Amino acid sequence: MIQTIAFYLFAVLVIASAVMVITARNPVHSVLWLILAFFNAAGLMVLVGAEFIAMLLVIVYVGAVAVLFLFVVMMLDIDVASLRAGFVRNFPLGLVIALILLAELVLGIGAYRAGEIALGTPMVAAAAPVGASNTAAIGALLYSEYLFLFEAAGLILLVAMVGAIVLTHRPPKTVRGHQNISKQVRRTPEEATVMKRPNVGEGIEL
Amino acid sequence: MTAFFQSLGLTFEAAWTIATIAGILLIALPLMIAVAYVIYVDRKVWAAINLRRGPNVVGPFGLLQSFADGLKVFLQETIVPSAANKGIFLLAPIVTFTVALAAWAVIPFSSGAVLADINVGLLYILAISSLSVYGVVMAGWASNSKYPFFSAMRAAAQMISYEVSIGFILICVVLYAGTFNLNAIVLSQLGHGFGIVNAYAFNLLLFPMWVMFFISSLAETQRVPFDLTEAESELVAGYQTEYSSMSFALFWLGEYANILLMCSLNTLLFFGGWLPPLNIDLIPWFDIPGIVWFLLKTFFFFFMFSWVMATVPRYRYDQLMRLGWKIFLPISLLFVVLISGWLMLTRFGDEEPVASVAVVQAGPDRGNALVPLATLREPRKIIP
Repeated sequence: MIQTIAFYLFAVLVIASAVMVITARNPVHSVLWLILAFFNAAGLMVLVGAEFIAMLLVIVYVGAVAVLFLFVVMMLDIDVASLRAGFVRNFPLGLVIALILLAELVLGIGAYRAGEIALGTPMVAAAAPVGASNTAAIGALLYSEYLFLFEAAGLILLVAMVGAIVLTHRPPKTVRGHQNISKQVRRTPEEATVMKRPNVGEGIEL
Repeated sequence: MTAFFQSLGLTFEAAWTIATIAGILLIALPLMIAVAYVIYVDRKVWAAINLRRGPNVVGPFGLLQSFADGLKVFLQETIVPSAANKGIFLLAPIVTFTVALAAWAVIPFSSGAVLADINVGLLYILAISSLSVYGVVMAGWASNSKYPFFSAMRAAAQMISYEVSIGFILICVVLYAGTFNLNAIVLSQLGHGFGIVNAYAFNLLLFPMWVMFFISSLAETQRVPFDLTEAESELVAGYQTEYSSMSFALFWLGEYANILLMCSLNTLLFFGGWLPPLNIDLIPWFDIPGIVWFLLKTFFFFFMFSWVMATVPRYRYDQLMRLGWKIFLPISLLFVVLISGWLMLTRFGDEEPVASVAVVQAGPDRGNALVPLATLREPRKIIP
């Protein structure tokens, strides 16, 4: 009973917020609706018992990816009127893409109905270990059966990261503002200050 | 508590619903009162270190000061700037406050005294604390004003930066405990330090992690010396500049609830949570209820937070980023490697991993499909 209510609550909210993502006028609102959609998807994951995936979904997508989206979108100065002016010009292209997507959907569903797809059957090893906790089960599969795929994914991410750094890193043109923290920490009062006792009206020479 | 309500003749689902709501109120209401007094303590400690008196007018020793402030704020007018994005402007404090309260669902106050004893408790806390940045960012953007916007930018960058190293530090603790469940993490600290101290912080490998966690939790809650989001001298009051009345108070309450959460995480992960400090029976330590130990330790960490606030000057923004990315991240990454290596060395062949046993057991039910898994491969021995 509670599960059913929770399922329909999450499912309706996912779809509704996904619709709002593409209909909202303001891009910041779009990102916020997207976050709500992620969050409710995580709720659905919890309902099917995949709590580890649900938490990772929130941590990675809501906690990191969407914050960066929001970060970028907030700083954009989007003029809604000029966007809408391009609507008529881009309409034929959009219509073509929509038709292609529709055809793909129809074909996909038709093929699925026609019978089992041989390529789609799960591998033997992918059968989930029963009785273990979520985290342990994922770990046992990921670090044994799928170790090479896992490490390959890690390498790809590493390459992406290095690429992003190489593309965006500019060496500073000037050295202004460069601060050597360990040198500052090593400084002692003895070498940084001088105690003088000047006579009245004479001043001091440094 | 569900069993109690069931004994009154309710069905399981009704009893569960009522018990959960009662549990939420049992946590949230004392938490709000704790926040009121913690603000008072904060001001008193700060004043004592500055050789001032602090609040001492409202009630005996000024004990009712926070409630007087709350009443004052409650009676003010809520002002929404005309250029603000109204919906998000009003939503932001609600998000901050709700998120700050939601994280408390998995905190064990005493042995088994926890609202949701879930397997992924620590991950849940990470997930929820990564949400708390949205309150600040939404407030900063919706205010449609310069200083709140700068503050929101700073907050987003700061919290993402420090969450990375906090994640690695938590992985170290999880490696030692072998679980994400907070109750189990507390129990795994029984007699951990030299056989007598119930704390991970007395482990030489984990002590540096605790120091970094403490500093990161200051940054994560935007406390001094990392309170760049509301640096008065630069940003007026940061993201709270345009807020007044209860919407301001919700930020205030949420902020202190987050600080208390970080204090209790320090306690739970590194100082034995609700366990007494020492694992010896000289004094009847274990007869004292666990919640007393938990609250005492949490309060100690709050005292340290106030102490830092009164003594350390604010960091500059580039220094903050340097500390997070160039110092904490490499060191915590190194310690993940060190600790997992040490655990491989010391716990080698300790016990069968749970999951591979389960795979073997699942074999017969699932027909031939799983036989290769069970027969071709030796059961792995090295899982910490």
